[in-house]
Amino acid sequence: MPDAPAPAAPAEPLGPVAEVLDGARFFVTGATGFLGTALVERLLRAVPGCTVTVLVRPTRRLDASARAMREIVRNDCFDRLRAEWGESFDGRVAERLAAVAGDVSSDGLGLDETGRQALADADVVVHSAAAVAFDAPLDTAVEVNLLGPSRVADAVAAVAEERARRRPGCPATHLVSVSTAYVAGTHQGEATETLFQEALASGARNRTHTTVTTEVDIDAEIRSARRLRADLEAESRRPGRLEEFTKVARRELGAAGTHLLAERAEKLRDDWVRRQLVEAGSARAQALGWPDAYAFTKALGERALVGGYGDRVPLTVVRPSIIESALAEPRPGWIRGFRMAEPIIVSYARGLLREFPGIPEGVTDVIPVDLVVAAIVAVAAAGPDRRGPTAVQVASGVRNPLRYGELVDLVQAWFGEHPLYDAQGQPIVVPEWSFPGHGRVQRQLERATRVLGFLERLLGALPVRGRQAEVAAGVEERRERAERALSYVELYGAYTETEARFRVDRLLALYDRLQPADREAFCFDPAVIDWPRYVFDVHLPSVVAHARVRSTPGRSTMGDRSERARRAILSPDRHLAAFDLENTLVASNVVESYAWLATRHLPAGERSALAARLVRQAPSLLALDRRDRGDFLRTFYRRYEGAPAALVRADAVELFHHLLLAKSFPAGLARVRAHRALGHRTVLITGALDFVVAPMRPLFDEVVCASLGTDHEGRFTGRLEHLPPTGEARALVLAQYAAAEGLDLAESVAYADSASDLPLLECVGFPVAVNPESKLAALARRRGWHVEHWEKAGGGARPPLPMGPLDRAVSRWWARFDGLVDDLSGSARRPSEARR
Amino acid sequence: MSPRPGFVLEVDRSTPPTLFWHGEGFRLERLPVGSRVLYGPEPVAALEDPVSAIRGALLEPLGDSEPLAALLRPGMKLTIAFDDVSLPLPPMRRPDVRQLVIEQVLECAAEAGVDDVVLVAALALHRRMTDAELRHALGDRVYDAFAPHGLLRQHDAEDPDDLVHLGTTDQGEEVEINRRAAESDLLVYVNINLVAMDGGHKSVATGLASYRSLRYHHNPRTMQHSRSFMDQERSELHSSNWRMGRLIARSGVRVFQIETTLNTDTFPEQFRFLQRREWEWTARDRAGFLASSKALERTPPRVARTIFHSIRAPHRMTSVQAGEVEAVHARTTANVYAQQLVAVEGQSDVLTMGLPYICPYNVNSIMNPILVACLGLGYFFNMYRGAPLVRAGGVLVLSHPTPWDFHPGHHPSYIDFFEQVLTESTDPVEVAKFEQAFATDPWYVHLYRTGHAYHGVHPFYMWYWCAHALEHLGAVIVVGGDRAAVRRLGFTPATTLADALEMASDVVGPDPSVLHLHSPPLALADVRP
Repeated sequence: MPDAPAPAAPAEPLGPVAEVLDGARFFVTGATGFLGTALVERLLRAVPGCTVTVLVRPTRRLDASARAMREIVRNDCFDRLRAEWGESFDGRVAERLAAVAGDVSSDGLGLDETGRQALADADVVVHSAAAVAFDAPLDTAVEVNLLGPSRVADAVAAVAEERARRRPGCPATHLVSVSTAYVAGTHQGEATETLFQEALASGARNRTHTTVTTEVDIDAEIRSARRLRADLEAESRRPGRLEEFTKVARRELGAAGTHLLAERAEKLRDDWVRRQLVEAGSARAQALGWPDAYAFTKALGERALVGGYGDRVPLTVVRPSIIESALAEPRPGWIRGFRMAEPIIVSYARGLLREFPGIPEGVTDVIPVDLVVAAIVAVAAAGPDRRGPTAVQVASGVRNPLRYGELVDLVQAWFGEHPLYDAQGQPIVVPEWSFPGHGRVQRQLERATRVLGFLERLLGALPVRGRQAEVAAGVEERRERAERALSYVELYGAYTETEARFRVDRLLALYDRLQPADREAFCFDPAVIDWPRYVFDVHLPSVVAHARVRSTPGRSTMGDRSERARRAILSPDRHLAAFDLENTLVASNVVESYAWLATRHLPAGERSALAARLVRQAPSLLALDRRDRGDFLRTFYRRYEGAPAALVRADAVELFHHLLLAKSFPAGLARVRAHRALGHRTVLITGALDFVVAPMRPLFDEVVCASLGTDHEGRFTGRLEHLPPTGEARALVLAQYAAAEGLDLAESVAYADSASDLPLLECVGFPVAVNPESKLAALARRRGWHVEHWEKAGGGARPPLPMGPLDRAVSRWWARFDGLVDDLSGSARRPSEARR
Repeated sequence: MSPRPGFVLEVDRSTPPTLFWHGEGFRLERLPVGSRVLYGPEPVAALEDPVSAIRGALLEPLGDSEPLAALLRPGMKLTIAFDDVSLPLPPMRRPDVRQLVIEQVLECAAEAGVDDVVLVAALALHRRMTDAELRHALGDRVYDAFAPHGLLRQHDAEDPDDLVHLGTTDQGEEVEINRRAAESDLLVYVNINLVAMDGGHKSVATGLASYRSLRYHHNPRTMQHSRSFMDQERSELHSSNWRMGRLIARSGVRVFQIETTLNTDTFPEQFRFLQRREWEWTARDRAGFLASSKALERTPPRVARTIFHSIRAPHRMTSVQAGEVEAVHARTTANVYAQQLVAVEGQSDVLTMGLPYICPYNVNSIMNPILVACLGLGYFFNMYRGAPLVRAGGVLVLSHPTPWDFHPGHHPSYIDFFEQVLTESTDPVEVAKFEQAFATDPWYVHLYRTGHAYHGVHPFYMWYWCAHALEHLGAVIVVGGDRAAVRRLGFTPATTLADALEMASDVVGPDPSVLHLHSPPLALADVRP
């Protein structure tokens, strides 16, 4: 067979692994990942004589050691070790585990002197860092997956001399690079543990059945991926594109203010670039015969590694298939992160994903993480093959196949017994799987996404608020779910339809060389997996626990959650509570207040004329308000020009008690007072005029509002003396107030009803959406903000038209008519009246 | 033909169904055979010429008082206080009794050359009246003469500058009343006595008092010891007010009391069936009942409320007496009794009543659940002398829709009381523990003083009003009420009267004796146990 794997290393038995590796120094990249964490834990626990150095990319807040502590040692992977070691845990970990700062996506790994020394001292380097997302942007995948292994090898080669100096007599560093079995691509038949270079050397033609052997100019791929990023960045900044991003941002956020819109548009631009790169990646990969950019870049990474360093650095490539939760070590079901199969399984269990394409007879090649870890340790113990780089596959498909149909049956049966529960506490029935083709599922989901998208836009355009708006937000959520399901199908569909079978001859040969005790301690023979037991008792319980989904019946915890949020909001630790007025505390607006005040002293006839005029102008006023709140207020308040200030101020008190209070939300007013009672400062930020809000003054420590100028005759000029803050100015005003009073906005609460108040809501630690309109309802839902539904009191008298009560002094004839009616309803004229 | 007295009807098979008020509507209910129905006396004859009667009363005062004219002199300070919007119920047609009386008092004052006259609405802790309500009570002439000059005032129980502390009674009750009233040379109080509790020393000692003073008799203990507060002989509320009133008199405040009584002609022609005994309904009455109850079924509650609250009662004045407070009040009480008293033999196991859309505290407003409780357990339950109409441990059955609705402008503190206090306890003594916080809450004080809100403490008083009934009764069942609201009150909701009586028998035993308090007309039961 031209593509048979190279014969395994001589089958001499291996000494006990722990002894062979006694005193060995490991250097691990990707240790914060799923596989890396398990590897570090296993080495510390099962190979007592070794030490481990991990390469960790420092973040802005955490240096390498802190991040290693937090993301590796504190992971529940170490629970077992912590229990076994007891009090000595910290000391022993500190002794045997070190972290150095560095990054596999930069040349020389970004190592400092300590890091270089640690690398020079390392006997085994395990490179497990990868961009595992199947939908990583092409350039990221290229930098990490393609160039990463070569960079590690390059760094190892660069410190070879120093190593010889520091540790004379020690063999060269063994580089174990973790790749993937899917470098074989979308490929039918057997895939052997053959490296590309081996295939070429053994005289295989370009197309063989071992792996994708298309000749690829790797440098050209790297250059073009980098250029594509630059091109797309430029394209995304073209005016036409920018306009589009801004338009979308405006549609999402409404009049949220320039800054927030800009921020959102920039995010959209960034996402667009990313999406283009993802698409480009999968297009390029598929054009060359790989299912996606991940497998593609991994395959090229292997080739570049072996081609560039195979003769200088002792290499072994380990190719696991789909790594899933642990079979036994450190405990059954241990898993880190939400991985490939989990979101699909959970989506299915929640009834979101009704179909997933796949061939029931096809093999789903899954391998528990602890088997992969054990294989890596054994590979390290066995040392490099003297004849050159080799590949070892860790996969179950040939030795112990799990059929896709069987997996689906198991999943379905398990969720039949352990259903998830919906928000009402009712069990969700999992759908029957019909194993449809890829195309049909995709078409169905695309259709659903389109319909829901249309519905969402339609609902978004309606002027609804409160609970109705929540319905709109619910549609959005469903659309997003459908989109996610679609992306799963697009991304992972290929993996359930793979018909490649990964041979594991070398892996089994290595297993045969293990001491009997090590075959227990470092078991990596896929035959040990009892699939039904693994899926039923190990994997699915772990996935469900991990997904934080409702797995118990009974009433929703939503009530508890909003109760908890309310308690947090009304904690004595809060500093300040800021309130918007219109539709947050009072279901009224500046137009209504104006109409009431303006009609207060008008004769009966003119009153209705004015009200009718305002009703006619309502649409244009509303449009202006939506476009720019500040402009709207300035223009609208001109109408007060010439009004006698003293009279209006007096009437405003009446306005408050007769109209605004009747249209207020009692729960809202109670909330303001609750904040005050707790010692929080209360601030009202509104576009309303000072005299309108004056009667509410006792509720607030600070009122920020508009005020009109007056002329020397005591009449309003119609010009604003104080501009009301709108949009981001509101956040600014609040920030200034908080700064001046020494209050912390992170400990503060803000209440508002519309997306135009977004800056205000975003600037505090506890935002609350009150009867939100649909845009804010959607945002609040997405961000998990607390939502209050406050209602008007049922008993207030609410006139159908916002008109002040009739002034009898002005409308004499009306008053007379009124009196006449009153008298007529009496049985007879009274003697007293006759006398008057 | 002289009006027929009240009486107790025993229901037999031929008795037509009985009318129950049900908020903004009515129900015809068939009471079990053997039940009794208490009908108040028919409206007594009104004064032929009320104005002359008033003049007469002012000229010939009762007790040791001089005629009003003799008490007036130029340069004096005269204050005329009058009952607020809570009286009479429903508001009466123009001219209001207060207008008629005040016009005469002002005429006397003008003749005597008195310039310094101020009118004060005796609100106590009630909401301020609106301009329209003041205009209605006083008439255009009086309103236009006083209001624009700031001489028409409303008592402000929270204005420290307008209150004066007059002293402490021998029972330790502090007396603090309106400064203008206390410091006037003469205080004329114009009163409407709709029920026996109104008037007397209560007019000034309560109507013009501050929270500090009111809390001595508006509390659970006083109300539990007033059996009933409609019966002056056995009312702790009455005794406390009398002690305070006498102290006010001793401290030199000269009060000239004018009390009026009204007949029980409560509803206009289109609702006359309400006041007729069911077996005497004519075809027109039946048609009127059918038409209005069918129309109301199809009317949104908000509109129905507006319609009912625009009813102006054809009440007529039946007597007017003036002079020294106690002498005046004795005569007034006798006149009220003459209109309302009905003798009843024995208590019953179950007392039923239909509650109307109105009570003293929701004129031009809405009857919220707390007011429903107060009207049933406070007012109607206490319409007795001697012994309660229902035995101790008996059941009270109310009929009212009891909507979970509040007027946010009139009853802001009621909303919070309902949400924050009644959720903790419905026991008046327990409830009282929250009183201070509500009474001194600056926001409620602000709304009371500047708007038209009842004082923050007012819902507590409503609950204390129920204290005697709550102590006395075994259960309270509300027919046709909002279930959640009824439960919040601590009562039991029932869908129909039959269900309610069924449920009542679980408390009082099978075949309970049932008595229905028919209203209108208003009746005060004189119960001989």
